[in-house]
Amino acid sequence: MASLTSAYPTSKLRAKPGLLERLDLPRRVVFVAAASMIIVVAMLMIFIVWQGTQLFVKDGYSLGAIFDAKWDPLADTPEFGILPFILGTIVVTAGALLISTPLSVGVALFLSEVAPKWAKSIVQPALEIFVGIPSVVWGWLGITVLVPFLADTFNGPIVISLPIVGTIFSMPGFLTGFSWLAGSLVLSIMVLPTITSVSYDAFRAVPQELRTGSLALGTTRWQMIRHILIPSALSGVLTAVVLGMTRAAGEALAVQMVIGNSPTLPEAITQPMTTLTSQITLDMGNTVFGEPWQDALWTMSLVLLVISITSVVLVRVINKRRMGS
Amino acid sequence: MPITAVYPEPVLRRVEVTAPRAAVQVAARPADIKIATEHVSISYGDKVAVRDVSLTVQDRSILALIGPSGSGKSTFLRCFNRMNDLIPGASVKGEVCLDGENVMEADVSVVELRRRVGMVFQRPNPFPMSIYENVAYGPRRRGLNDRRKLNDLVETSLKRAALWDEVKDDLRRKSGLALSGGQQQRLCIARVLATDPEVILMDEPASALDPVSTLRIEELMRELREAYTIVIVTHNMQQAARVSDVTAFFTMADDRAGYLVEVGPTGQIFTRPSEQLTEDYISGRFG
Amino acid sequence: MTANAGSIGRSSGAKPSLKGKASRGSILADRAATVVLWGTGALVLLILGSIILHFAMAAWGVVSLSFILDNPSQTTLGGIMPVLWNSIYMLALTMLIAVPVGLLGGIYMAEYAGDNIVTGAIRFAEESISSVPSIVVGLFGLILFVDDFHWGFTALAGALALTFFNLPLMTRLSEQALRAVPQDERSASLALGATKWQTIRHVVVPLAIPGLITGVILTAGRVFGEAAVLLFTAGIGTPPHYNFMNLDITNPTSPWSPFRPATTLSVYIYKLNSEGLGAFKNQIVDGSAAILISMVLIFNLGARFVGRVLSRKLTAS
Ligand SMILES: Nc1ncnc2c1ncn2[C@@H]1O[C@H](COP(=O)(O)OP(=O)(O)OP(=O)(O)O)[C@@H](O)[C@H]1O
Ligand SMILES: [Mg+2]
Repeated sequence: MASLTSAYPTSKLRAKPGLLERLDLPRRVVFVAAASMIIVVAMLMIFIVWQGTQLFVKDGYSLGAIFDAKWDPLADTPEFGILPFILGTIVVTAGALLISTPLSVGVALFLSEVAPKWAKSIVQPALEIFVGIPSVVWGWLGITVLVPFLADTFNGPIVISLPIVGTIFSMPGFLTGFSWLAGSLVLSIMVLPTITSVSYDAFRAVPQELRTGSLALGTTRWQMIRHILIPSALSGVLTAVVLGMTRAAGEALAVQMVIGNSPTLPEAITQPMTTLTSQITLDMGNTVFGEPWQDALWTMSLVLLVISITSVVLVRVINKRRMGS
Repeated sequence: MPITAVYPEPVLRRVEVTAPRAAVQVAARPADIKIATEHVSISYGDKVAVRDVSLTVQDRSILALIGPSGSGKSTFLRCFNRMNDLIPGASVKGEVCLDGENVMEADVSVVELRRRVGMVFQRPNPFPMSIYENVAYGPRRRGLNDRRKLNDLVETSLKRAALWDEVKDDLRRKSGLALSGGQQQRLCIARVLATDPEVILMDEPASALDPVSTLRIEELMRELREAYTIVIVTHNMQQAARVSDVTAFFTMADDRAGYLVEVGPTGQIFTRPSEQLTEDYISGRFG
Repeated sequence: MTANAGSIGRSSGAKPSLKGKASRGSILADRAATVVLWGTGALVLLILGSIILHFAMAAWGVVSLSFILDNPSQTTLGGIMPVLWNSIYMLALTMLIAVPVGLLGGIYMAEYAGDNIVTGAIRFAEESISSVPSIVVGLFGLILFVDDFHWGFTALAGALALTFFNLPLMTRLSEQALRAVPQDERSASLALGATKWQTIRHVVVPLAIPGLITGVILTAGRVFGEAAVLLFTAGIGTPPHYNFMNLDITNPTSPWSPFRPATTLSVYIYKLNSEGLGAFKNQIVDGSAAILISMVLIFNLGARFVGRVLSRKLTAS
C-alpha cells in the first residue's frame, strides 16, 4: 500500500521561502488596486487646483474680484464675482437640510425604534430605490410636477399681516415656479436616503441596555428616544447631516433644472437663483478652454472641491470625538 | 427622609382610586402580599420558557430565584414589570398582581408599573451622563424639575445606595461610565431608588462584580429590605442563603420548559428541602 | 458604610392605581411621537408610490417596443434605441474596469490592510472621491482625457471617469462582503496549511459571492443613471444612426468602438430638457425617465433576489 505522504514532495519546516513566496505577487496586485484610489484623488486635486487657480495666475484677477456679487462674463472687462453662486449653493443646501433633516431622522427613528418587521421590510427597500433614482429624473419631476404646482398655487405676493401691527412678512410670489424653494425641495428628497441611513446606523449602534435601562425606570418610549437615544447618537446624526450637506452642495443636474439659473444674490425662496454646480453645468459647454470665463468656472469647481474635502475632514473630526468620549 | 416626599403632589397622592376589584385572595393576609402570580406561563414564539408558575411575595421581603441556566428565572422576573413586552415574540399568560391589581391587563400603564416596580440588570448600564444626571433621570421624566428637591432626592438615593460618600465630590463632573463596576451597579440601584419604586427586581446584580463589591450590594439589599420588596435572581447559593427571606427553585422539565419546583423560607430550602430535585441542585449534585 | 436604615422608609399613602393618569402628559407625547414617526415612514412610501404611478401614467402610450428599438426622429415620436444602447455600452465598459479593480482593492482592504498610514491614506482617498461632486469628477475627466490626452469626447473617457467615481463604492461594498465571511473559515483553511492567497481565493471570495454580486448590481444601478460625470467626457449630442454590423472597434463610427462620443439615456434626458423644443419632447423624456426608473427597480430587486438565492444555495450545500 502506498504511503499517504509519498503523494507530496518532501518538505522541510525550516525551508527558506522561495522567490515567489517572498515576492507575494497577489498581495502586491491587490495593494495596487486599493492604492489606485490615492492616485486618482491626488491627480484630481492637482488638476482642479491647477485649473482653478489659473484665473488668478494667468488672467490676473484678484481674490477680491472673485468674492464679489457681479458676474458679467460678456462685458468688455469681464467680471467674475462668484459670490452669488457660493451663497446660492449655501442657501439652497441649507433649505434642503432644514426640510430633510427632521424628516430623515424621523424615518431613521421609525425604522430603528418603532417599525415592526413588516413595515421595515417595505420602507427600507423603498429608500434604496430612492437612492437609485437618477438625478435627471428628479430634475424632470421637479420641472413637470413641482414647478408648475408652485407657480399655480402661490402666484400672487405672499403677505402675512396682523390687525394692529400691520404687515409682518411679505414676499413676492412665484413667477414661474423655478426658484430657491423648488431647488431645496428637490434636493431634500435626494438627500433623504443619505441622512436616513447614516442616522439609522447611529441609532442602531446605541447599546440595547441603555434603552431597557430607561424603559425599566418607567419612561415612555419617546422620553427614552429624546433623552437617551438622540443624545447618544448625536455625533452620528451630525455625520449624517454633513454627508447630506455634501451631497446637496455637489448635486448638479437636478438643481440646475429647477432653480431658474439667474446669477443674482438669493432674495426670497420664491425667486430664481443659481448655484455653483448649476452655473458650471450651464456655462462649461459655452466656453473655450483657456479663456478667463472658463477659468472662472474652474475656480468654482475648486470651491466645490474644497467644500467636499472640508466635509470629509469634518466627518472625521466628529467621529474621532465620538470615539474619544 | 422618605423619597416620596419630594415628588409633586399630583404624581403620587392621586386620590383617584379605581373601583374595588374582585380581590384575588391568595393568602390569609392579603394586605401583606405585594406580588402574586397566578398560573404564569411565558413563551418565546412556540417555545415555552416558563410553565404555570404561581407564587406570592411578601411585602418588604427578599425573594431569591435560583435554578440552573435556562430555567426561565430571568424570563419570569421580567413579567413583574412587563419587560417581556419589549421582546418580540414573547407572550405571557396568567395573572401577575401587584397589590391585588393585575398588571397584565391591557389598560394598565406600563410606564406607571415600571415606576413602581424598578429593575437592576446583570450588567451595570449607567447612562452616558454625569452621576447626578443618571440619578435625576427618572424623576425628571416624571416631571420633577425643582432643583432643590432634585438635589435632595439625588443625595438621598445615593446615600441609600451606599454610594454617596464615594461620589459626592464630583457628582456633576464625573460620568456614570467612569465609575468602577461595583460603583456603577450601585449607581443603577440609586437610579432606581430615585424613581420611588415599591418593588425592585434584580437579575444577577452582582455576577459581574468582584467579591468585595458583591458583599456591599448584599449589605445594601438587607438595608433596602426595610422599605422595599426585592426579587433577586442569583446563581450564587451562598448569596441566596445570606440575603433572602424566601427562596424559589426553578428547573427545566423534559421539554426544557422552566417550572417552579418549590418555594419556601430560605432556611428551610437550604437545609431540608421537600423535593429531591432541590436537594440535588443545592448540594451540587445537579446534573 | 453608614447604615442609614433609620432613614429608610416609604410613606405609605394611598397607592396610586396602575391605570392612573399620573403621566398623562408624557403618555400623550409618546402617542403623538409614535403617530408622527409612523407618518414619516408612510410619507416615504407615499412619495415613492406617487412617483412610480406618475411615470407609469406619463409613459402610458409612449413606451412601446418601437420606442425602445427605433432611432430618434424629427417628425414623429421616434425611439431612443441609440442612447439606450450607449447606456448599456457605457455600463459594460465601466463595469469591465471598475469590478476587477474594486474587487481587488476590497480584498486588500479586508484581508491585508494593516493599521498604518497607507491604509489611512486609502481610506481618506475613498471618502474623498465619495464626497467630491460628480460634476467635478466629470470635469477632471474633461481635462485629463478629453484635453490632455486629446481623446475628445469618447465613451472610453466617460467610462474611465465613471470608474473613478464609482471605485470607492465598489471597493467598500467588496470589503464589506469579504469582511462578513466568518473568521473561522479563514482559520480552518490556514490550519490545513493553505497560504493566505489560497485561502482568499478558494475560501473567502467564494463565500462572499452573494455579497459581491449585490455590490456589483448596486454599483451598476448607480452607473446606469449617472449623467453629470458624462456631460463633459462622453459627450452630449444627438447620436447618429448606428450600424451594428460595423464591428471595427477602432473605427469611431462603429457603435462598438470606445473611441466615439456616447450620449447615454440620462444625458439625453438632460439634453432634451435644456435645448429640446421638439413637439414630442415631453413624451420622449417621460418615456425615457420611466425606462430609467424601471431599470433602477430591476437593479434593486435583482440585487436582492440574486443575493438571497445565492446565499441560500451556498449555505445549503
Ligand atoms: N429573547 C429571547 N428569545 C427567545 N428565547 C429566549 C429569549 N430569552 C430567553 N429565551 C429562552 O428562554 C429560556 C429561559 O431563559 P432565561 O434567560 O429566562 O433563563 P435563566 O434561568 O435566566 O438563565 P440564566 O441563569 O442563564 O440567566 C431559555 O431556553 C432561553 O433560550
Ligand atoms: Mg438569566
